[in-house]
Amino acid sequence: MTRTFLGMPATAPRGVGNLRGEESFPAAARRALGDAQLRRNLRHATTTIRAKSGAVIGELPDWEQLRAAGSAIKADVMARLPELLEQLESAVIAAGGTVHWAADAVEANRIVTDLVRAAGAERVMKVKSMATQEIGLNEALEAAGIEPVETDLAELIVQLGRDRPSHILVPAIHRNRAEIREIFLREMPGVDPALTDEPAALAAAARRHLRETFLSTRVAVSGANFAVAETGTLAVVESEGNGRMCLTLPETLITVMGVEKIIPSWADLEVFLQLLPRASTGERMNPYTSMWTGVTPGDGPQQVHLVLLDNGRSAVLADAVGRQALHCIRCSACLNVCPVYERTGGHAYGSVYPGPIGAVLSPQLTGVPDNASLPYASSLCGACYDACPVKINIPELLVHLRGQAPHPATEAAAMGAAAYTMDHPRLYAAAQRAAGLARLAGRALLPPLNGWTASRDLPAAPPQTFRQWWAER
Amino acid sequence: MNSREIVLGRLRAALGDRPAPPAAVPRDYRPAGALGVDLDLLVHRLTDYRATVHRCPEADVAQVVDEVLGGRRVVVPPGLPRHWLPATVAAVTDQNLTAEQIAAVDGVVTAAAVAVAETGTIVLDAAPDQGRRVISLLPDVHVCVLRADQVVATVPDAVARVAPGRPLTWISGPSATSDIELNRVEGVHGPRQLHVVLVPDGQAGHG
Ligand code: SF4
Repeated sequence: MTRTFLGMPATAPRGVGNLRGEESFPAAARRALGDAQLRRNLRHATTTIRAKSGAVIGELPDWEQLRAAGSAIKADVMARLPELLEQLESAVIAAGGTVHWAADAVEANRIVTDLVRAAGAERVMKVKSMATQEIGLNEALEAAGIEPVETDLAELIVQLGRDRPSHILVPAIHRNRAEIREIFLREMPGVDPALTDEPAALAAAARRHLRETFLSTRVAVSGANFAVAETGTLAVVESEGNGRMCLTLPETLITVMGVEKIIPSWADLEVFLQLLPRASTGERMNPYTSMWTGVTPGDGPQQVHLVLLDNGRSAVLADAVGRQALHCIRCSACLNVCPVYERTGGHAYGSVYPGPIGAVLSPQLTGVPDNASLPYASSLCGACYDACPVKINIPELLVHLRGQAPHPATEAAAMGAAAYTMDHPRLYAAAQRAAGLARLAGRALLPPLNGWTASRDLPAAPPQTFRQWWAER
Repeated sequence: MNSREIVLGRLRAALGDRPAPPAAVPRDYRPAGALGVDLDLLVHRLTDYRATVHRCPEADVAQVVDEVLGGRRVVVPPGLPRHWLPATVAAVTDQNLTAEQIAAVDGVVTAAAVAVAETGTIVLDAAPDQGRRVISLLPDVHVCVLRADQVVATVPDAVARVAPGRPLTWISGPSATSDIELNRVEGVHGPRQLHVVLVPDGQAGHG
């Protein structure tokens, strides 16, 4: 920050947070491609969710109109982002909340750590939040002697398994029930040794494990799915009730939110509350959505903080083509239809944002040179565009970013073998079949049947196709 | 320059190309008021996501509560109509109870603010007959009494009807997770049973 003019758009700093992998996509993907169990787990999970999502989207006669509205609302937000943020700030303060601004991950981590210390707490409970994973908040809290407890079941599985999340919505998607049971038996104090791998039994074990934490922890950290500029209202969409616990029980609530999560008006919620659950978990509505506006005397946390995070978003906003990546509502539909994601899983993408959206968002947040292989982590089949509830043209973005990506030369040896695997005719045919299936799923999702053709025609011819790129490694 | 000015300055600089906001957001989707209310659809949706639905006259609410929670301890919000409670439950009114006290009871009985037929969603807005958010969260069984005139057709109808400033909880079935192999499993941290008592128009709360 010292050498840059402070008012210029800036990418996310190095050395903090989880936006950069330790190795390039092809090197990491090569290992994942060799893991048959991982691929079975992924295939089962993505197939299940595609079917569920397709069914509930098919129930809405106006899905395409909702997508068009969602896309336009987000374009409006980006065009007016500074003024909307100021409006949100005023509304939150008027409702008794406190607003903080964080230029990057380092600053956001420091703000949260200071707030936790000021509250005199040594432990915080967390609702699953991409923003706090992005900035490496848990690592920063631990370094300050504060214990972060993840309360989302999948995050708990990841944390207990000393693992990394691999999916936006279902971070433990790479684990099946038998593996989850083993992690619980090994890591949960006092767990019943007779625990079965029935999902209901596993969920009940998590309920018992976290109850005491919910009742005794005085500070919670959350993300936000939406923030309404007009009213200062924040919303968290969840399933298990761990979100409600964290948003209701503590004395202090700290919400860390990327600046792009804002929506202009209360009425805009009517669009996103329909788009998100159907595209995300494949439910008509997720079990719980909590909305709060500042402080409500006598009900819920009496100290309410909102941390507005840049961390590279201004750099994304500065790219007239790239800025549509900020429209993302983190539903993860694009992951679930992606033939590349289905084969490699989320870890190969290095960043907390995996799959097609990760391939276009992470390189923009960090600057393309720091994630140079990600724009190639796609076959440009277009399924992600068809599936996206806010119509982000991911193929167009991939092509745009490939134009900026230096072709990494140093990983040739590592990628040779991966290219062989990917290029093996039988495996390649399987990938093509998966792409075809995704396309069919896309059609099933979209009654007018025109989404696929539209997306195929839009992107300009890529400088290099995915297959060529792999083959040349 | 403080961080606020830095972030806002960066964002303004990023918009140096002055992108035109869309002239108007196309809102061709079904707006609030477009559809009539279908109570049977609500019942189907609630049941589909594993809530239990009871349809009865308002005078019979206490009987339903007895069937679900008879012989057990319940917490109730201060504004709950007392005639909804049978003599068989030990009711404690929430007057700033601690979380531990609320977690120790078996069930909670509340009213509702709005319900959405198309999605099977109930919205609580912390009014006196619904109470603080915590009381409908910690007990394992939630009995929610809903008047037919509180039911709307779609999500836009509900967004138009609820008041933004209040704490809102949108509930669609019991607590659930899809984290294990993406199969929905009911019952994680929130109430594991949700009972919805649907009574005819304009009666609840007037007994
Ligand atoms: S890019 Fe679109 S489909 Fe992918 S997670 Fe974001 S909103 Fe969902």
